Amino acid sequence: MQYKRFASNCIQLIFALLITLAPVGAPPVQAAGLEAFDFTGKVDEDRFKALIVQLRCLVCQNQSLADSDAELAHDLRREIFEMMDNGKSDKEVVDFLVARYGDFVLYNPPVKPETWILWYGPFVLLAIGLLVLVYTVRKRKHQREPGFSAQEQQRLKTLLGDEDEGDKPA
Amino acid sequence: MPAFARYLAPLLAFLALAALLYKGLSIDPRTIPSPLIDKPAPAFRLPALKDPEQFISNTDFKGKVTLLNVWATWCVACRQEHPLLVKLRQQGVEIYGLNYKDKRPAAEQWLQRFGNPYIANAFDADGRMGIDWGVYGTPETFVIDKHGIIRHKHIGPITFNAIEHEILPLVKKLREAN
Repeated sequence: MQYKRFASNCIQLIFALLITLAPVGAPPVQAAGLEAFDFTGKVDEDRFKALIVQLRCLVCQNQSLADSDAELAHDLRREIFEMMDNGKSDKEVVDFLVARYGDFVLYNPPVKPETWILWYGPFVLLAIGLLVLVYTVRKRKHQREPGFSAQEQQRLKTLLGDEDEGDKPA
Repeated sequence: MPAFARYLAPLLAFLALAALLYKGLSIDPRTIPSPLIDKPAPAFRLPALKDPEQFISNTDFKGKVTLLNVWATWCVACRQEHPLLVKLRQQGVEIYGLNYKDKRPAAEQWLQRFGNPYIANAFDADGRMGIDWGVYGTPETFVIDKHGIIRHKHIGPITFNAIEHEILPLVKKLREAN
């Protein structure tokens, strides 16, 4: 009976592990519609793919241009491919898109006054948290010095003294 | 720390957070602010929907306050806003259309059936002008002033509310301005 239960537990555990590990082993998601491009020419496939994963699709906002199957994503991929084919640099492509769609197309927004909260906010919160922590710890330390106050010492003495006297042999 | 501050601080922090989140509720993440606002309308030159031999370009907008409405027959929300555009036109607002990634016969049939509020339509078969104008969904409506500067972009179907409180007051203001 014991062994049987142990075996079934083991099998359950193995299944659970397999399920957790499954996505790791799965092949990476193929960029939708990417096969339509001809990378035998000037455009380097790795460079193209590296750029489009950094750009956000405006329609399905939680997908990059590499993942999205939206009509606009197809059009923008075509546009980016053609710009690269015409010898444009990555920066020129990104600037082209930002000029039309704003910083929103970037998964990595630039540091500027409007995005300071985004970039520095967490550190400000961390600093506030540390200040509160230091303040609290210090206050606690001051509040209660280790050992006894003079008054307590006195009382202790009396109590112990009484006891001592009581214990002493006559 | 005084006792009242000890109780007030968390309360204030909570209220600040609540205000922030409440504001977040009324922000539509699908509405992406356009970087083109207060910038000259991107240059374009496209064949007209009605006649491929004729061309529509920025020069058509010169000297008057115009609306540029991006639409397509495959766009459900465009059908929804269409009667409001017809009404706007009747009120004397000058509307141009950007027929976006559409088919000519379908678009022409649409205008015959539902009425034509447009002075003219630019026919953007492959969506390139759409990209230049930062269009990411239809319908979208731009308000362009007399000098060809984009002053406003309405994303999504125009509503009665948007007409009354955004578009008409803005058109009036821009017409009065030099």
